[in-house]
Amino acid sequence: MTYTPELLEDIRRTADLCVKCNICTTACPVLPTTNLFPGPKYVGPQAQRFRDPTQPSPDHSLDYCSGCGVCTQVCPHGVKVMEINTAAKAEMRTERLRKTPLDPKLWRDTIFGYNEALGQVGGLVAPLTNFLMNFGPARMIAEKTLGIDHRAPLPRFHFRKFRGWFFGQHQREKAPTPPGAPKVAYFHGCATEHYEQSVGRAIVAVLEHNGFEVLLPEQNCCGLPMQSNGNFAGARRYANALLRKLAPYAGQGIPIVVGGTSCGLELKSDYREILGIHTAEARIVAEQVYDISEFLWLLHEGGRLKTDFRDQGGRYIPVHTSCHQKLHRIGRPALDLLGLVPGLTVEEMGIDCCGITGTYGYKHEKYDIAQQVGQPLFDKLRASGVDQAICDNETCRWNIARSSGLQVVHTMQVLAEAYGVAEG
Amino acid sequence: MNNPQTYDALVIGGGATGGGAALDLALRGLHVALVERADLTDGTSGRYHGLLHSGGRYAVRDPESARECIEENRILRRILPHAIEDTGGLFVATPDDDPAYADTWVAACRACGIETEEISIGQMLKAEPALNPASTRAFRVPDASCDSFDVLSALAAAVQALGGTVLTYHEVVGLHLADGRVVGATLRNRRTGEEQRIDAAVTINAAGAWAGQIAAMAGCPVTVRPNKGTMVAMAYRFVNTIINRCHLPGDGDILVPVGTVAVIGTTSVNVPDPNVTSTEAWEIERMLDEGEKLVPGFSQVRALRAWAGVRPLYEEGGSAQGREAKRTFAVLDHSQRDGVAGLVTVVGGKFTTYRLMAERAVDVACAQLGVTTACQTQEFVVPDVRTPSERPKPHHLGLRLAEVEEAAADRRTPPNALICECELVTRKDVERAVSAHPDVVAPWVLDDLRRDLRLGMGPCQGGFCGYRATGILHELGQVDAGQATAALADFAQRRWKGMQPLLWGQNLRQALLDEQIYRGILGLEK
Ligand SMILES: Cc1cc2nc3c(=O)[nH]c(=O)nc-3n(C[C@H](O)[C@H](O)[C@H](O)COP(=O)(O)OP(=O)(O)OC[C@H]3O[C@@H](n4cnc5c(N)ncnc54)[C@H](O)[C@@H]3O)c2cc1C
Ligand code: SF4
Ligand code: SF4
Ligand code: SF4
Repeated sequence: MTYTPELLEDIRRTADLCVKCNICTTACPVLPTTNLFPGPKYVGPQAQRFRDPTQPSPDHSLDYCSGCGVCTQVCPHGVKVMEINTAAKAEMRTERLRKTPLDPKLWRDTIFGYNEALGQVGGLVAPLTNFLMNFGPARMIAEKTLGIDHRAPLPRFHFRKFRGWFFGQHQREKAPTPPGAPKVAYFHGCATEHYEQSVGRAIVAVLEHNGFEVLLPEQNCCGLPMQSNGNFAGARRYANALLRKLAPYAGQGIPIVVGGTSCGLELKSDYREILGIHTAEARIVAEQVYDISEFLWLLHEGGRLKTDFRDQGGRYIPVHTSCHQKLHRIGRPALDLLGLVPGLTVEEMGIDCCGITGTYGYKHEKYDIAQQVGQPLFDKLRASGVDQAICDNETCRWNIARSSGLQVVHTMQVLAEAYGVAEG
Repeated sequence: MNNPQTYDALVIGGGATGGGAALDLALRGLHVALVERADLTDGTSGRYHGLLHSGGRYAVRDPESARECIEENRILRRILPHAIEDTGGLFVATPDDDPAYADTWVAACRACGIETEEISIGQMLKAEPALNPASTRAFRVPDASCDSFDVLSALAAAVQALGGTVLTYHEVVGLHLADGRVVGATLRNRRTGEEQRIDAAVTINAAGAWAGQIAAMAGCPVTVRPNKGTMVAMAYRFVNTIINRCHLPGDGDILVPVGTVAVIGTTSVNVPDPNVTSTEAWEIERMLDEGEKLVPGFSQVRALRAWAGVRPLYEEGGSAQGREAKRTFAVLDHSQRDGVAGLVTVVGGKFTTYRLMAERAVDVACAQLGVTTACQTQEFVVPDVRTPSERPKPHHLGLRLAEVEEAAADRRTPPNALICECELVTRKDVERAVSAHPDVVAPWVLDDLRRDLRLGMGPCQGGFCGYRATGILHELGQVDAGQATAALADFAQRRWKGMQPLLWGQNLRQALLDEQIYRGILGLEK
């Protein structure tokens, strides 16, 4: 094994590569919307030089970085700006917890981190939760006490879970798996499990249509919500637990597909780059993780993807490629796949970010900023005159749906429909 | 020439020793003038390594210096808290160092009264993960880092507050003798060439490596052996503790986190002339090679700037050179030594011992004047000029960011643009420094602001702040367009001098971008 010095492995070190060109400053979608945020160059590589691990975090304005990662994408010098920011946010949270442990915003951020648990508990009493979450006065109380903006798009809770469907009804009803079918493991994440079963069902349908045996590993939340809310210790716990569950699959060379673009990014790179988990498990899992569209497109390039799509008869769907999907650096496989469907035109809207970035836009003090960031996208979608759009990231999907009025679905839902395997 | 101004005492040399002597004199109630041929700290004090020695480095070979260092270290932490960052220090035996030396070293430190504490390599790596994990031993010592610009600006302000005069960019070109006594000096204004005379009952020669030249003006032979040392500032602080190699002092064996950078140093080269401060390729290479032994990956970090300073080595009657020479200092009473009254030379020593050197020199000067007031500098806390407060805060790395962040979070304060983004210098900082500058039309004005504010000291080395600061200079109205352009050209040229030996990797990219900005966009020519 070659020895990589500690110094060179640390993502914060990439601050050293910054030549101050300001390219990231001009690209950051949050910067132009508020005076409270001095921009990626300042909170990233510049402030990093002043951060002393032995001293309390001096940061404030960093809080307004949404974590969209546009800065990291555009930096021509390899500065991992968003990743630096995320690590510094964790330090900032530690300092705030020390200074003002009772600040409700910190509680809120903690709660957001536990969205998986929320899904579980909320689901048990789904009608009540859904009622409360759509009930104006309750939302105002949440805003006043916890700073969760009353206008922010909350998903609907369900009694029935995706895994329940998969192991129950689906196993009973599906066509028998052909002998020797290649295996693929599916990481559905918590959003699919608790709020959006339909996405998971579409993915399973598309994979099975292509002759795969879909396996559903035991799994837990990837830890991203904790990570982006600055709780690294919690995120690492989730991460390590999940890695233990996925590593046996990866170890057998079974590819792991992910539907949510942020979950996928977490598994592919954030564990190592942001959370600093450099274990063998983290490496082998990362090597086997594919975004679902990436996986299918590679299949197509190998000539093994079925293309028995039904003609869509001149249908047009606008697409928003989420900021985290761009960070996968895999091109735009979802657009490529959709391009195979006859009679379907898809158009990438070309807007960097819808504003919500995970839980950022849910926070009362950031709601307006997030809305402003996403406004060009919402306007463009509304102007398109159609009633359906595509976006592969959960919270982005909910945000765009709520703010533009369009129905927003996952690429795989459209694909399943085109294959004729979508359920009613 | 103007009518002479008369002072009780004249101090020549605006380094730590001169600044310290001037304050000592002023605190003893004397009317004092401090003169410096360039800006304060332009000599060795502004080019030093930034280490407030615990004395550990000298304990084995030069215990006298070691004792002086530890005593002064404790005093300076008390009287200059705002200029000192309590980083603590580590002595580390890397695989290239003999682990047995550590025992000799520990015993020597004990004999000099320097606390050492051995820690495990695991503890060392926990504190400083970047250090070489193959190291064999590690010890904590009470080193600290110290910003000489902050020290000198505080000393000078304190002298002025006590009624003293500080004249920068005034070079002593001659001493006046009357009846075998030095009674004053002729100064030449470096910008205008005008000469003026200062009369003083006693003169303290604190011209460091140049002290021989000053003494010669009074016919006193003083042989200072200038010894050059090169340092390289790495772009950020991958260590936050001062790291010393635990071996006999050699090249490139100390790494000092000071301000936002980590500085590796030094070499030790005898030079014929104290004005030689150029760096050579082999020196840079050696710094990076040695750095690699302490911190694996070291040479892949961006090297930001290289510079050199010249040690004023002096031993009365001695002939030892370079690292062999003692780091103690000498106070020469020229009335006894050479039969010239009214002149005291203080030379040698360390930055760390500046206060003691000043005290001893001023004791001799006062004896000549018949002044018996005792020295007060051990107790006098030198006020912080930048952020004045009753109880000055010790310096730490995050302080500047914390100030800027707090000001920005406070909605009541009007927005205050950052001019130098790398070092977080605001528009107000620049405006204040410009209005406090004694001679804004001087072409070197921006370089003076740099020492004041750290303007242009970050990764872009003035690429962005240089022209912004020039704009403010011009906007404030005392500088015409031609003068402003000259100031910018001077600044860019000086920054370039420090970058030139380090043109590879990211620093090369930076230099090309800066060049595009200055030559391509702004049309500055060399
Ligand atoms: C490479 C290097 C690293 C060092 N590192 C450390 C360290 O880490 N810690 C430490 O404690 N010490 C260190 N030292 C030693 C320390 O820097 C010096 O001992 C100390 O700064 C000397 O201060 P000074 O005031 O005596 O001299 P200087 O700072 O040189 O001051 C003398 C001043 O006199 C001025 N002058 C000269 N001629 C005239 C004239 N004709 N008229 C008017 N003014 C004149 C010069 O411009 C100069 O500013 C280091 C030295 C070197 C060279
Ligand atoms: S982080 Fe990258 S894009 Fe931003 S200023 Fe630095 S080098 Fe330029
Ligand atoms: S992650 Fe997004 S919001 Fe944060 S600095 Fe980068 S571009 Fe701006
Ligand atoms: S990123 Fe995926 S796994 Fe992680 S919280 Fe979101 S939905 Fe759950």
